[in-house]
Amino acid sequence: MYGFDYHRPAALSDIVDLLTADEDAKLLAGGQTLIPTLKQRLAMPTSLVDLSAVPGLREIVAEGDGVRIGAMATHAAVAGSEVVRAMLPGLADLAAHIGDPQVRNRGTIGGSIANADPAADYPAALVALDAVIRTDRRDIAGAEFFTGLFETALLLGEVVTSVFFPAASHARYAKFPNPASRYAMAGVFVAKQGDVVRVAVTGAGPSVFRWDAAEAALSARFSADALVGLVLDDDGLNSDMHADAAYRAHIVGVLARRAIA
Amino acid sequence: MSVAITLTVNGAPVSREVDPRLLLSQLLRDELGLTGTHVGCDTSQCGACTVHLDGASVKSCAMLAVQADGSDVLTIEGIAGPNGALHPMQAAFREHHGLQCGFCTPGMVMGAIELARTAPDLEEATIREGLEGNLCRCTGYQNIVKAVRAGAQAMREG
Repeated sequence: MYGFDYHRPAALSDIVDLLTADEDAKLLAGGQTLIPTLKQRLAMPTSLVDLSAVPGLREIVAEGDGVRIGAMATHAAVAGSEVVRAMLPGLADLAAHIGDPQVRNRGTIGGSIANADPAADYPAALVALDAVIRTDRRDIAGAEFFTGLFETALLLGEVVTSVFFPAASHARYAKFPNPASRYAMAGVFVAKQGDVVRVAVTGAGPSVFRWDAAEAALSARFSADALVGLVLDDDGLNSDMHADAAYRAHIVGVLARRAIA
Repeated sequence: MSVAITLTVNGAPVSREVDPRLLLSQLLRDELGLTGTHVGCDTSQCGACTVHLDGASVKSCAMLAVQADGSDVLTIEGIAGPNGALHPMQAAFREHHGLQCGFCTPGMVMGAIELARTAPDLEEATIREGLEGNLCRCTGYQNIVKAVRAGAQAMREG
């Protein structure tokens, strides 16, 4: 690891100021991606700004017709939250299968989405459930948050503080984890809110995306059978030693059906 | 830059001035001499470095020492009874031969203790899934699973 300075202010405004004043400073949440990245010398930040002392960011509370999850809530906390389990059990189940137990005890929802790994699980939930990402300065719609490979709509110094998930009559995630890394080779989150059906796909492309044809089919008839014969176009999908694009397109179809049944 | 940290390790207060890039695993092993916490892969995959941070299992190689400031850390050296009696999970690993070379064992035991406290049941599938963060390069999983089940039962009965 290269050397860096370390700050852990208790005021969110101080966090934002430190990050804004130095574009080479990095925000530290649970560190389950950032610390290994630093150890491999794949990043050389001037300083780490630790979010963990800012109060209130770990709360998970029912709010209106949904649940608000603080940015520093760990995957284990989301998985075990009675509020989440009651309102969106599919979201709790997603959190319960990220990484492994030790990673889930440290990794956070805010860190995961701000990192925007193309194979992360949470992005599919945020897009399918039409979540709203709250930052220190504004609200961002889930559909507009993920803008590309490891790219988000966050501005310099902008800090995610919570994510609001509206309730859904159906919310379920199915993934094909890479047997070694447990990252999603593909993952599909299917959500139904009123008459609106969203099918969000992670792991298969450079960033999370919606599968329009599946949404149209499920809007007409919300049943796994409605997807039989429907194949995702593999143009632009990820292709690597683990799975080529055509294979990923195939498992997206399988996972979408599993996420309904 | 050095940062002053204060934490509790195995019940004893520890204060140090540390470089921010010092890992928790390095603090434990190199500064405090607690070499029971093993570093296997050093890429946060194998879980040999698992310790408890405020009661939850974490990989100490994927965490900075400064992040543990103010926390309560428990390592493999801290789980035996005051008279040196083995923790029920340690006793179960010995009884069921849950180790071959033994390198992964400290992390397995620390992970298994949390698993015993949190798992909804002690079915084989539950135990195997609960140990996903710990690798045994001897592939001695069969007896590890047996040991974890027996240790967890002993913890729940004790």
